[in-house]
Order: sequence, then C-alpha cells, then structure tokens
Amino acid sequence: MEEVDVEPSTTLIPGAGFHQKHLGFEWGPGDLLVYETNYKLQGPRSASSPSVHVVRRDEDICSPILRKLFNESHLIFVGLQKIKEDVPSKNKKSQFVSISKNYRSVIRACMEELQQNAVSTQEGSLASQYGDQVSILLAIELIWNLCEVLFIDAAPAGSLLLHLLDWVRLHKSDVDTRAREVLQSDSPAQHQSYWDVVISLVLQGRTDEARQVLSKQASLRAESSSVFKRMDVLLQNMPIFNPAGTQTLTEFDVKWRHWHEECDRCLQDNTFASNRHLETICKILVGDEDTLLEQRELLSTWYHFLVTRLLFTHPTIKPPDLHYYAQSSMNMFLGPRASPEPLDIILLSAFEFDLHQVIKDCSIALNNWWFVAHLTDLLDHCKLLQSHNLHFGSNLREFLVLEYASGLFTHHSLWQLAVDYFDHCPEFGRVYLELQIERVPLDTERKAIKVLRICEDRQMSEQVRSICKIMAKRALRNNRLGSALSWSIRAKDAAFATLISERFLQDYSNKGFFTDLDLLDNLGPAMLLSDRLTFLGKYREFHRLYGEKRFSEAARLLLSLMTAKIAPRSLWMTLLTDALPLLEQKEVIFSVDQTYELMSCLEELNLGTKDSNQTDQDEDIESTKTELLRLALARNLAMAIVKEGTIET
Amino acid sequence: MFVAKSIAADHKDLIHDVSYDFHGRRMATCSSDQSVKVWDKGDDGEWHCTASWKTHSGSVWRVTWAHPEFGQVLASCSFDRTAAVWEEIVGESNDKQRGQSHWIKRTTLVDSRTSVTDVKFAPKHMGLMLTTCSADGVVRIYEAPDVMNLSQWSLQHEISCKLSCSCISWNPSSSRAHPPMIAVGSDDSNVTYSGKVQIYEYNENTRKYAKAETLMTVTDPVHDIAFAPNLGRSFHVLAIATKDVRIFKLIPMRRESANSSGPTKFEVQVMAQFDSHNSQVWRVSWNITSTLLASSGDDGCVRLWKGQPSAHSASCWLITWTTGSAPGS
Repeated sequence: MEEVDVEPSTTLIPGAGFHQKHLGFEWGPGDLLVYETNYKLQGPRSASSPSVHVVRRDEDICSPILRKLFNESHLIFVGLQKIKEDVPSKNKKSQFVSISKNYRSVIRACMEELQQNAVSTQEGSLASQYGDQVSILLAIELIWNLCEVLFIDAAPAGSLLLHLLDWVRLHKSDVDTRAREVLQSDSPAQHQSYWDVVISLVLQGRTDEARQVLSKQASLRAESSSVFKRMDVLLQNMPIFNPAGTQTLTEFDVKWRHWHEECDRCLQDNTFASNRHLETICKILVGDEDTLLEQRELLSTWYHFLVTRLLFTHPTIKPPDLHYYAQSSMNMFLGPRASPEPLDIILLSAFEFDLHQVIKDCSIALNNWWFVAHLTDLLDHCKLLQSHNLHFGSNLREFLVLEYASGLFTHHSLWQLAVDYFDHCPEFGRVYLELQIERVPLDTERKAIKVLRICEDRQMSEQVRSICKIMAKRALRNNRLGSALSWSIRAKDAAFATLISERFLQDYSNKGFFTDLDLLDNLGPAMLLSDRLTFLGKYREFHRLYGEKRFSEAARLLLSLMTAKIAPRSLWMTLLTDALPLLEQKEVIFSVDQTYELMSCLEELNLGTKDSNQTDQDEDIESTKTELLRLALARNLAMAIVKEGTIET
Repeated sequence: MFVAKSIAADHKDLIHDVSYDFHGRRMATCSSDQSVKVWDKGDDGEWHCTASWKTHSGSVWRVTWAHPEFGQVLASCSFDRTAAVWEEIVGESNDKQRGQSHWIKRTTLVDSRTSVTDVKFAPKHMGLMLTTCSADGVVRIYEAPDVMNLSQWSLQHEISCKLSCSCISWNPSSSRAHPPMIAVGSDDSNVTYSGKVQIYEYNENTRKYAKAETLMTVTDPVHDIAFAPNLGRSFHVLAIATKDVRIFKLIPMRRESANSSGPTKFEVQVMAQFDSHNSQVWRVSWNITSTLLASSGDDGCVRLWKGQPSAHSASCWLITWTTGSAPGS
C-alpha cells in the first residue's frame, strides 16, 4: 500500500440534491468537469435534470495584479538561467543574492498594489479576497527572505544575527509608524505608547533610536536624569559586530560578555529600581527569558522572540546551532495550548536548514507553484539542492518548474511565458512543451501563427504539421479556400492540397472565375507540393497571360498542361475549350506543330470510353463542342501552314 | 483549494459521460435520455449548448471527440448495440447567429450483438480509427480509409476477449519504438478467466493484433482503464479502476532476435495501489501531463492522486458531494 503523506483536504461541491450515488468526471484544461451519475444502473433514478460542475483549483492565475508578478518574475527567471557557469563562486554569490532581492521586490510591489486595491475597493468580498492575497504574499516574502539569509547569503556567525535582525525589522514595520506618531506628538514622553515604542526598539536591537526616544523623557525629569543617563550609557555601549571591521568574532564575543556582565550588575545593584520601565529594559538587555516572554504582544511572533533572544544571549550564534534555539523559542512563545500554523512549521524547517522540508511544506500549503518553482530554481543555481538531498537535486527543480509552467499553459495569454520555462528544463521540457502547445486553442489566425512560430523555432515539425492541418481543415469547413490552401501548403500536406485544388477548380467551373488570386499568383515553388496544385497554379497563370494579351506564351502553357500530363484528363475538355478564343484570333497563335498536338489531344479524348451516366443532352453538348473544336483547329492549321510556308520578303 | 461552478445540463435523465474536445473549448455530454448535447465555451468563459439531438434508441454510454485534424467529429456508443459517428456541418447563417450548429450522422456501426460499452478513437498517428468494445466480449477496430468521407468505415480487426468488456484504452505514445497497443478491461465476474485486463499489440508482420499480456493479479471486475500520456518514458503506465485504484508499470523487455515475430514481452510491476475509496472505483483518468490521476468511486468522491518525485508517496486531494445546499451556492 502506498503511503498518503498528507490528509487530503476536502472540497465539497454544492449539489442541487443528492440523488445519485456516483461522481463522474473529465479532465479539462486547468479544470475538472464533475457530474452526478450512477455507474451501477440499478435502483431508483431521479427525473431531475442533472448539472455538470466545473471544478477548478482556486488559483491566483486569474488575478490581473498577480499576473504582473508572473510576468516580471519570468524576466528574472530567464536572466538567472543565462548566468554563466564559469564565473568564480564568490562573485556568483552576490549575483544570486541580488537576484533573490529582485524577486522579493517584485513580490513587495505586487503586495502594495493589492493592498491599495483592498483599501480602495467598495466591494466587501473583493476587499477580503485582496486581503487574503496580501497575507499570502507577506508570508511568501517572509519565507523567501529567511531562505535568502540562511541559504543564499549563508552568513557565518556574527553576520548571521545581523541579517536575522534585518529580517525581523523588515517584517515588523508597525514599530516605525508608532515611533513616528510618538515623536511627532506634542508631548512624546506622555504619549500612551511611549514606553511600548522604546521597548520595541530595544527588542529589535535599534539602540540608537531607542536612546533618541528616551532622551525625550530624560529632559523632563531632572531628579531621575541620572538613571536615564545610566540607561543611555548602557545602550550606547552595546557592542554590535561589524563584519567589515578588523575585530574578530572572538574579540567581539569578549567585549560583548563584558557589557553583558555590566548590565547584569545594574540589575543586581537595583540601579533601575525607581523606574519599572527601565528595569524591564535592563532585564531585556540581560536576555531574561521571562521578561522577553512578557513582551509577547510587542514581539507578536515567535521568530521575533527567537531573534531578540539570540541578540541578548548569544549574538555569535552559528548557523548549525540555530535550530535548537528555534525549536525552543517556538515552544516557549506559543505555549502548551497553541499549535503551530503551517507558516511556523515552514520557518522552523528553514532554521533547521531542512530545505527539502521547506519546499515540500510550501508546495502543499500554497495554491500556486509560483513560489516553490522560482525559489527552488534559484537554490538549485546556488548548488544548494545537491548537497542537501541526494535524491532530488535538479530533478526536484525541474519537476516544480514544469508544474508551474504547465499551470500557466491553461491561461489565454500567460502560456507564452511558460514556453521559456520549458526551454530551461533539459530533461523533460521539450516533451512537455510538445504535448501542451498542441492544446493551445487556435482562436484566431494570429494566435495560430504565434504558436506556429514557437514550434518552428524549436524544430517541432510534427506539431507544426498538426496545427497547420487543423487550421486548414477549419478553413475548408468554412469554405475559405484560399486560407485552407495556404495552411495545407504550410503543413506540407500534399493530399489535402490536392483536395483543395480540386475544390478551387470546381469553383471555377461553377462560377467562371478564380477566387484568392493573390494566393494563386504567388504560389512559387510551393506549387510543386501536389500535382493538382501545380496544375491549378499553372492554369491560373494561363488565364493571367491571356488577360495580359501574351497570347503565344499562354498558348504554349496551355498546350504543355496537356502534353506534360499536368492536367487531369477530366479537365482536358475545359482546356481545349479555353483554346478556342486563341484559335479564333485573327493572328495565328498556335503553330502547325502545336495545332497537330492539340488535334491529337482532342482525338485522344474522344477515344476514351463514354460516360454512361451522361444524358442525351450532355452527349449532344459534348459532340457539338468537339465539332466546334475540330473546325477551329482545322482552320487554324490551314492558316498556320500558310503562314509558315510564306517567305517573308 | 478548489472552487466549483455549475452548469445546468438539461438532460432529462442521468448523464453517463462528458468529453472535452482537444482544445478544451467544446464539450459533449451523453445521457440515458438517448441524446448527446454539444456545448461551446464562449469568450465570456460561459458554456452554451449549441446542439442537442437524439442519437440512439437506448442509453448512450460514452461519447468521444476525434482529433481536430479530422474535423469536428464525435462518436457515441449505446445500450442499443450500436456505435455512431457524427460530423458537424457548417449551417446556415441564421443558425450561426442563433448560436446553433448541426450534427449529422455519418455512419452507424451495427456489428455488436450486445450493448456497446466503450468507444474510443485511436491515436491520430494511426489515421482515423475508431474502436468499440461490447458486452459480447469483442473489441472492434474500424478505419475510415478516406478521411474526407466519414460515411465509409471498414471493420479492420475483431479481437475476441472471451470476457464481457467494459472499457478500452489506447496507448497514446506515437514513438516508433512502441507498436500500437490497446488495453481492454472486463467487468465479467467469471472466475475461470481470472485476469481482467488484457493488453493487445499490433504486429507489423502478421498485420494483426495479438495478446501481449494479461494482468493476472487483477481478478475483480474492471470498470475503467487508462494509459498515461507517455512523455518520453521507455515504459508504459496504466491505471485501472477496479475494487481499488491500481497503477501498473509495463516495461518492454528487449527482444531476442529469434523471438522477433511474437508480441513484446513486458515486465509488469505495481507502481501504486490506493484503497482510500473503500469501495468500487468506477472511473480513472490522467491529466494531460500524467502528473495527476483522478478516480471516482462508490463512496461518492472524486480523488486526485499526485505522484511525488520520491515515487513512494502520493498526496491526495478529495472532492465530494454535499447535500442540502442551494444549487450554485
């Protein structure tokens, strides 16, 4: 038995009643058709008229704003694929980091637009839909950013904490808003959020800004100013590791411990006993877990708690040690009753450097493959997937990119982006593209040509042939012979071209004139695709020559059509009849030899078996025509002999 | 995860089959009310019924589209022991304005002595070929030699399966490495012939179809069968709807030169077996990239199965009915 590793999520389809036992279904492009039925056929059947339900994954592909995300990330993706292999890895790392930042800025731009729309829209349901999408994008950006810090930038101890601090700061922007509010008020120190702001800033390690806000307080109370000065000094002295500086990590660690001991001494001496807020801050600086947990509301997330905890207890944290603190932080913060959400699990997996788990959980949690496909692709370029799990490596990347691109294919305009994604999947990209590009609905000629160009560029000859054949068939059904013919030529379909040529000729004999002259006159070498087509082209040429009064050329062509056996027998009578006006010109056009040839063609025709289905009337017409032709040919022969026998003087 | 939208199908009785055309812009439904309806998807994304007509004198079991290279062609099969081929003709301009189109019967295939249970077109690279299977245990393969004349069909092959047949599936692979292959499933409760899935392969030399494999491990009645799209694999994947969902892998074994006249030998492996429906499974079908398999069963659910790259686990989504909600809510 196979393991099913996730409990399936159930979607309930509202039915008009529950009469039948079974569900039938049919796969469609991007959706599933589902209908009530009963495969057993015994038992009571209802008379109610059944419905067919179209079931679709609730995908963001339909949102116009997210479409921008798809379009812009497509450009970044294509650019990433072009990065050359031979660039030394140190430079590559900064390139990858900048690409990662590009992706994130695209996500942010999209988020902002959605947010604006959510605020400005009148419709309640639309607003909540936008709101949901914003939350999802926020989560995505949060995860991506963390992956960038931990995997792509892969900061070592010292820088790691600084990057994590940046990460937390970026995703907790309400602190700035509140700080601004407090500072801009008439009396900042009296503001109700004053101490919240100070503590928030300290929690985020923004000691300078905290000092700035604290100074507003200090100026008021002269008697307690010494306490505030003490805090100010503590905050000022807090060591921050400078990765670009000359100080080594060990030296920094020593310095930090000294400072930490000093903070501790202040607590032991009850220096801040007079002001409970300052006491709290001191406890925070010392890294007292209980105090930090008390700030739950200001921290709002366990990962903020984690980073703050590390900042004040273990700023030289090494990447492999992160996971222990992450797990315990999450447990402490959430408490025994609350259970972690999917996002929490994903972040925890990232802190544990379990890339595979991150990707897997994201695939399951999200509606759309966009995120996992692009992130995995980037991680693969950083050569991170191989080292993490031998089973997957570039296979996982290709699998996800193919899934994402296949999803795009069902969209009426985004499918063109998908082509580039397939191009960069070396193992299965081509075969996936071949399979799916055939299914793109060929609504208009322009779209068909677009699809064709893509196939032609990639030498997908079978797909080219098939698409042209479909278009030719469609044109023929709608009696657009010219279009049908040009598509058959493009498909190199000789049989179909023959068929359409016959239709053209039939049309001509019914109507007396040719349609689609432009096409017929400019066939060029394509004419050779089929015999009938060649005849059609040449026949039209004959008429053109006649129209231009180039009679002797026309005559020669007409004769060659019969003698070279290009013309089908059935049409010889028509051709001979076409010769009549040439024969009856004042000037002699057909030479003696040519006239003899015409005569023998006529006799050859007459020798053939008579069509038994011909009515008497038809037979009469035929014999009259033959008589006329014989007469005309004879007259022409006489004149030609005389002309050729005469010596010009 | 999923959203659903309803279309009132307007059939007067049970719908037995729904079929999308190649491009997914048209669909055909068939019903016990003996009619077939054709729907077109408009530019607004809504489905409109553009044709509805009586096709048989019994319940219509299945309906299927031919490849658009052959035009707009449908085939249907019925309890009335016949299968029929229909072609759309371009109507008068009035009809076009009203959004209606006309379908005319090109041929009726009357060779079966019992209810015709499935009808499928063969892959397009084989030409315009139609296959039926019946409760009388015979699979019939017809060909239209002139694709411009759909009223001429000749019965090219009759394969006697000895068991009442319920479903057929062609291997869609057009690779020259694989000769044409068709799988036939049987819902016969006969115990003597216990293997309920048979695979036949075309032999270029004898110009006949010969049995290549019987899946002896499938002993319960089979209700549906589906080859997965090939996508460049050297082996074949076949999904079966029986008392559970089973996915088989058929690996062609290399021919020894002495044996080159017989059908290909296969190594048969079970790739997956899912009994989550806990009951009979009636339909299985692959999506276009063969990354998802859908199945529906007696439990009133449609389940979607996804193969993960690790090949040993499958995650699953579930779609089911609920009662009592207002229609379209």
